[in-house]
Amino acid sequence: MESKIGLNQELVDQARTSAAHVAEDTQRFIDRHTTVAVERTVCRLLGIDGVNEVEVPMPNVVVDHLTARDLLADGAALRLGNAMAETGLSPQKIAEGIDRGEIDLAALPMHPEEEIRAAISPVVEATLSRIRSNVAKRNEYLDCFGDKKGPYIYLIVATGNIYEDITQAKAAAKQGADVIAVIRTTGQSLLDFVPFGATTEGFGGTYATQENFRLMRAALDEVGEEQHRYIRLCNYCSGLCMPEIAAMGALERLDVMLNDALYGILFRDINMQRTIIDQYFSRVINSFAGVIINTGEDNYLTTADAYEEAHTVLASQFLNEQFAVQAGLPEEQMGLGHAFEMDPDLPNAFLYELAQAQMAREIFPKAPLKYMPPTKFMTGNIFRGHVQDALFNMVTILTNQKIHLLGMMTEAIHTPFMSDRALAIENAQYIFRTMADLGNDIEFKEGGIIRTRAAEVLQKAADLLAEIERIGLFATLEKGVFADIKRPLDGGKGLDGVTKKSDRYFNPFIEEMRKEVRA
Amino acid sequence: MSSGLYDMSAKDFDKTLDLTKLKPYGDTMNDGKVQLSFTLPVPNNDRGMEAARLYSRKMGLEEPNVAYARTLDKEFTFYVVYGSCSHTIDYTKIQIHAIEDVSMEMDEVDEYIKEHIGRKIVVLGASTGTDAHTVGIDAIMNRKGFAGHYGLERYEMIEALNMGAQVPNEEFLAKAKEINADVLLVSQTVTQKNIHIINLTELIELAEAEGLRAKCVMCCGGARITHELAKELGFDAGFGPGKFANDVATFCVKEMVRRGMK
Repeated sequence: MESKIGLNQELVDQARTSAAHVAEDTQRFIDRHTTVAVERTVCRLLGIDGVNEVEVPMPNVVVDHLTARDLLADGAALRLGNAMAETGLSPQKIAEGIDRGEIDLAALPMHPEEEIRAAISPVVEATLSRIRSNVAKRNEYLDCFGDKKGPYIYLIVATGNIYEDITQAKAAAKQGADVIAVIRTTGQSLLDFVPFGATTEGFGGTYATQENFRLMRAALDEVGEEQHRYIRLCNYCSGLCMPEIAAMGALERLDVMLNDALYGILFRDINMQRTIIDQYFSRVINSFAGVIINTGEDNYLTTADAYEEAHTVLASQFLNEQFAVQAGLPEEQMGLGHAFEMDPDLPNAFLYELAQAQMAREIFPKAPLKYMPPTKFMTGNIFRGHVQDALFNMVTILTNQKIHLLGMMTEAIHTPFMSDRALAIENAQYIFRTMADLGNDIEFKEGGIIRTRAAEVLQKAADLLAEIERIGLFATLEKGVFADIKRPLDGGKGLDGVTKKSDRYFNPFIEEMRKEVRA
Repeated sequence: MSSGLYDMSAKDFDKTLDLTKLKPYGDTMNDGKVQLSFTLPVPNNDRGMEAARLYSRKMGLEEPNVAYARTLDKEFTFYVVYGSCSHTIDYTKIQIHAIEDVSMEMDEVDEYIKEHIGRKIVVLGASTGTDAHTVGIDAIMNRKGFAGHYGLERYEMIEALNMGAQVPNEEFLAKAKEINADVLLVSQTVTQKNIHIINLTELIELAEAEGLRAKCVMCCGGARITHELAKELGFDAGFGPGKFANDVATFCVKEMVRRGMK
């Protein structure tokens, strides 16, 4: 493809190579470690679910048991597999035995590895089959209804009550939404467990639970069948339970997952070592389950200036791409993020936004880029807000962004009313329809503002990545390069859940899933 | 429905401004014109239109004009309505709790501190409780500031520490003690089910229990925070939308001086 903005391909390659080195370097660290969240995920994928009589989720019961006995380094698979070989019980029954104090994993005689693997392997295979059949079901729907051409209209529901969310989501889908995201309740990213069951109370959002996933999936399938469209479901596997939520999403056929360790580190103060390890497993699961990940670069611009710091967004997209490559994620599932967040008072801001979006499009040609609407400069003047959203919609259609989070004119006032969504959809559809092919007719002038801006941002991103390559990812985060936020290596939440793997450690899901996703 | 662009109806009401009988202004004094939009959970048909009209009448709109009706879902319809509101209020009798200090700019604040306090003041800020939003506190505290108003970190005479989001109230107050904060700034963005009120009330109670309330100027801010609400909850001031770092700084330094904090 001819570059419309005359990007220097050599510089793109150089930036990508730097990012690849950073990711490889970080991967060496990841491969030596595991976390409580990773092991709880193994438990979930082995079929351990439910809560005990004091509401502790069973995967936490098992992993707390392993931690208390200093067995976490062996991994849940080895110890549960050993218990299966010894007792002939299912993982769930073993978990219940642990909870009742009848089974002590440390007290069981160790079986040889082959026996352990043989015991666990049918359960692993059953889970993988279930996920494969979810992928097949999604493809069946897409084959039957066809997939949406042009941007996916992405809408949020956030009532706190899953049943109310369903009412809102169905209405939004009927009005034209292609992706429904159920915002999580504030604070869930900092819980070191996943709540259980259907929930009706949340603040600013709804708990991500496997049952809530299942309920919303069923509702969207129902409305999708009526509308002859496949409605994608999005949730958030970020925070302290990244891989667990990825596993739940894989089991319940979610389609899109917010999934970005850098976001957790910067905006939720989650320990960087913990979350980068968690991210790897979560991305392996997302790869296997055909889930599109969304990365959180857009958030940088809510704290840092969108004009000044645009290159950090691009640099982070390169890094997220390479971390995804490490997990075998195909480009078609890399929903790299960015946002329309420049100050409306800045002359030519629209041109700079256009340059950034076109550049991202050309550098990541197959990625379903996630584009976020203005939030920082939404003021409560709903009339101007509607125009800001219109400009944002134009950038999307001109530059072929894929996952388009609709802006609401009532941003900064309240969680959207049903009518706010309808007006936002109308705005987007009007622009997408009447400007459908304008992008194809546009070339950007050599030496013009847009080309110059893109070249400048690319150069700065490449320089920054060379610097990150030199000092490493962790040191970069300590210096506050992204979003103007500094995070210490040993600070933040969740570090005590990180442990070095023992020589006996194995994770059958990473092994099996990696065989099937692109290496 | 309206028949044209020009309003040809006779305007036989009194067109002199009377602040004791204040009404909205459309294009003529005392015309009382308002626009509103709302959704009714009914199908989009004539009966729904009439429901929207009657509902608007009940809100005090004379001759409501349902300008637009649109189906949102089978049982939901969105209406845009214009009308003349019959209600009036007495503007002269309104009592408000407003911050009376005229806001100074950054340099003036620094000068004021040098002159009246004579040392750097310590300001601690955070978005407390489970609230994950840093937008509000960042706009006030971060060096860059917001919309051309530099943040407190840039003030020469202010030591500003921003703890970010999701800071538990206990941790916030512990840090306040540790650094001998003069001013505590709390931002609350999430307001669903009034969680901000619960959280802000808890903070004040804890601050009183810890003996910090009298030692610190305490302010809260956020999209849904008003000065009146803040006072009611026991804060010294509240800052809503459209307030910047220099507004907050002005109030805080003047309040310190008013209280004789040195």
